[in-house]
Amino acid sequence: MSFHFIFPAFSIGLASYLMVLEGLWLTTRDAVYLDLFRYWLKIFAVVFGMGVVSGIVMSYQFGTNWSVFSDKAGPIIGPMMAYEVLTAFFLEAGFLGVMLFGMRKVGPKLHFVATLMVALGTLVSATWIISVNSWMQTPAGFLVNARGQFVPGDSWWPILFNPSFPYRLVHTVIGSYLTTALVVGGVGAWHLLKSSANPHARRMFSMSMWMVTLVAPLQILAGDTQGLNTLEHQPIKVLAMEGDFEPSPQGAPLVLFGLPSNEDATVHYRIAIPKLGSLILEHDPDKPLAGLTDYPRDRWPAVPVVFWSFRIMVALGLAMASLGAWSLVLRLRSRLYESPWLHRAAVLMGPAGFLAVIAGWVTTEVGRQPYTVYGQLLTADSLSPLAAPAVATSLGVFAAVYFLVFGVGASYLLRMMAALPSAQESELPHIPQHAAGTTPAAAISDG
Amino acid sequence: MVDTDLTLIWLGILGFATLAYVVMDGFDLGIGIIFPSLEVGSERDQAMNAIAPVWDGNETWLILGGGGLLAAFPLAYAIILPATYPLMIAMLLGLVFRGVAFEFRWRDPDHRAYWDVAFALGSLVAAASQGMILGAILQGIKVAGNGYAGGWLDWLSPFTVLTGTAVVLGYALLGSTWLIWKTTGSGQDHARRLALSLGLATLAAMALVSIATPFLHTEYWRRWFTMPDVLFTAQVPLLVLITIGVFAWSLRRGGERLPFLMTLALFLLNFIGLGISMFPFLVPPDVTIWDAAAPASSMRFMLVGVGLTLPLIIAYTAWAYWVFRGKVGTHGYH
Repeated sequence: MSFHFIFPAFSIGLASYLMVLEGLWLTTRDAVYLDLFRYWLKIFAVVFGMGVVSGIVMSYQFGTNWSVFSDKAGPIIGPMMAYEVLTAFFLEAGFLGVMLFGMRKVGPKLHFVATLMVALGTLVSATWIISVNSWMQTPAGFLVNARGQFVPGDSWWPILFNPSFPYRLVHTVIGSYLTTALVVGGVGAWHLLKSSANPHARRMFSMSMWMVTLVAPLQILAGDTQGLNTLEHQPIKVLAMEGDFEPSPQGAPLVLFGLPSNEDATVHYRIAIPKLGSLILEHDPDKPLAGLTDYPRDRWPAVPVVFWSFRIMVALGLAMASLGAWSLVLRLRSRLYESPWLHRAAVLMGPAGFLAVIAGWVTTEVGRQPYTVYGQLLTADSLSPLAAPAVATSLGVFAAVYFLVFGVGASYLLRMMAALPSAQESELPHIPQHAAGTTPAAAISDG
Repeated sequence: MVDTDLTLIWLGILGFATLAYVVMDGFDLGIGIIFPSLEVGSERDQAMNAIAPVWDGNETWLILGGGGLLAAFPLAYAIILPATYPLMIAMLLGLVFRGVAFEFRWRDPDHRAYWDVAFALGSLVAAASQGMILGAILQGIKVAGNGYAGGWLDWLSPFTVLTGTAVVLGYALLGSTWLIWKTTGSGQDHARRLALSLGLATLAAMALVSIATPFLHTEYWRRWFTMPDVLFTAQVPLLVLITIGVFAWSLRRGGERLPFLMTLALFLLNFIGLGISMFPFLVPPDVTIWDAAAPASSMRFMLVGVGLTLPLIIAYTAWAYWVFRGKVGTHGYH
C-alpha cells in the first residue's frame, strides 16, 4: 500500500509545479520556463501512468483482500471514494490527454486550462482520500446498524470534516510539495555540478530552493499541530511515537533515542531530555502525561516501528529546513550557483521527501493498529474470508510485479532526469494549429 | 418507495458506467489484442497514437464502476470480488502491464519489443478476465449470510471460458473498427480485413453464449422463451441481425465510421440482453439489487454528486475526444 502512496506524493507536487511553470511562461514569455515545463511534463507522464495503474489495483484490493471491511465501512467510505472518482480522477484523466498531446491542437491558453484542471484534480483527489483516511483514524458522525455496518448519521459534514482531517490534509499536501521541490532541486543541483552556467539548471535549482526555504519550516509547524491533534484523539499513538511506556505525573521527558520493546514495556538504552516532552506536547513542562501502561496491552501498536519511523521523519524534516536555510544564506551572498557543497547536499536530499513521506505514512498507519477503523473495527476482523495462502500468493505476485515494473519505471525516470533540459525542447507553438488530420500527433517535441 | 427508486436510479448509473467502460476501454484493449498482428513500426505507432490521449480517461470508468459498486451495492461488491478473486488479480495485473507500456515503449526504444508484448498480453489477459467475471456472475455465485461461500476456483467452467472468448473477440472487433476510423493507408486496410473475420467470430461466440445462457437457470429460460415475454425479447436478436447486416455492408462499401458505430450498437444490444436475463438480480441466484443496496442516506448523498458531475464529465470527455478528432499520424509525441 505504501508503494502506491509515493506516486501521488510526487504527482500532486509535480502537477502544481507544471502549472506554475506554464503560468510563468505565459506571463513572461521566457522560453526557459517552457523548456522546463516540457522537460518535467515527460517525467510527469511516466509518474502519472505508474500512479494510475497502482491506483486501480488499490481500489480493487479493498474488495479482494479486505472484503469484510468493505461491507462494513462501505456506506461511509464508498461514497467518499466515489466522489473522488467523480470530481478528481475524471478531471485528471480527461484533461491529461490534452496536457500531454494537445499543445498544437488547442493553443497555449486552452492548454494552460488543461494543465490547471489536472493540477486541480490531483489536489481534489488528495482532499477526498485524506478525508477517508482521517475518518479511519478519527471516526465521527456515524451510526452502527443492525448488520454491524457503519452508516452515516444525520449529516455528512462531521464525517467529511472529522477531527484529524484538516491537520492531516495540510501536512500531506505540504509534504508532497516539499517532496517535489527536493527532487527538482536535486536534479537542478546535479546539473549545476556539471555546468554551473546552465540557465535551465539554475532556474530549477533557484525555484526549488525558494520552495524548500519557505515551506520546510511551515511543514514542521504543520506536523506539530497534527501531533497535538493526535494527542487529543489517539493518545496511544502519540505515546508510542514518544516511547512513553510509564506515565509521567511530573511532566514527560523527550526521548531522543533508545530501543523500545513491546514485551518489556520499556525503552532500553534510553537517552532523554527531562520535561521537554510535556513542553512540546502540552506547551507546559510540568504537565503530567499518561503512559502506554495506562492502556490495555492488546491496544498497543508495534511501538518500535512507530517510534523509529517518527524519528526518521522528524530528522529528515529538520535536514530539509537546514538545507533551505543554508541555500537562503548563500542566495543572499549571491553564491547560490557557485557552491558545490550545497549542490552535493541538494542531490543527496533529492529522495529525502519520499523517505519522509513513507516514514510519516508508517507512523500514522502502524500507529493506528490494531484497528482499521480506530477504536471501532479491528484489523483482524477486516480481512476477506479467503484462505490465507490465496491472499499471500496474490500479495507475493503483486510485490514481484511492482518491483519489476516500477523498478524499470524508476530507472527510466532517473535516465530522463540525468539528461539536461535543452532549448531544443521548445519549438515555440506560436500558432495554434487546428488542422487536425494533417498534423502528426507529435505535440510536445521529438526528443 | 423512495428507497426503491433510488436503488433503480443507482442501477441505471452503474449500468451506464459499465457500458461506457466496456465500449471505451473495449476499443483500446482491443487494439492491444490485435497489436501483435500489426506491422512493427508505423502501423503499431499509428495504433498507439489512436488511443494514447484517451485510454487513461477510458479506464477511469472502470474505477467508477468498482467505486460505484462499493458505494451503492456494498454487499454485491463484497461477494463478487472474493468469488472471482484470481480473475480480478489477473485483470489488474494485465492492466498494470499494458498501462505502463504506453509510456515505457516510447522511453526505451531498445526494449520496445518487450513492452509491445507486455501491452498485447496485458490487454488480452484483462479482456479475458473481464469476460470470465461476467460469465461467473451470470452462472451464479454461492452465497451464505453476507458473504461468498464457494471455493476459489468455482468461477471456472466451460461457460466462463466461452464468455471470456466472446469478450476478447468483441473488444478486438471494437479495436479494429476504431482503427478503420482513425487511420489511413496500409494500417486501415489491415484493420478492415481483421474486422471482417473478427466480426464473424464475434457473431459466432455471441450466438453460443446466447444459446447457453437460458440453460443456466430456468428463470433465464422463462424470460426469453415464454409468452408474452417472448414478443418483447425476440426484438433483441432481430435487431442484432439488422446491426450485423449494416456492419457487413458498410465494411464492404469502404465505410470509415459505420463499422465502429455498428459494433457499438452490437455491444448495446448485448447489454440489453444481459439486463433482460438478470434483472433484478445483481448476484444471481440469491442477491437482488435491493438486498445489496447501501442505506438510502448514502445513495442520496452520492446522487447529488453524480447529478452535478456526470454531465460535466461527459462534456469534457467529449471535448477531449473532439480535440483529437480526425486521422492520426505515426509520430510519437515525445
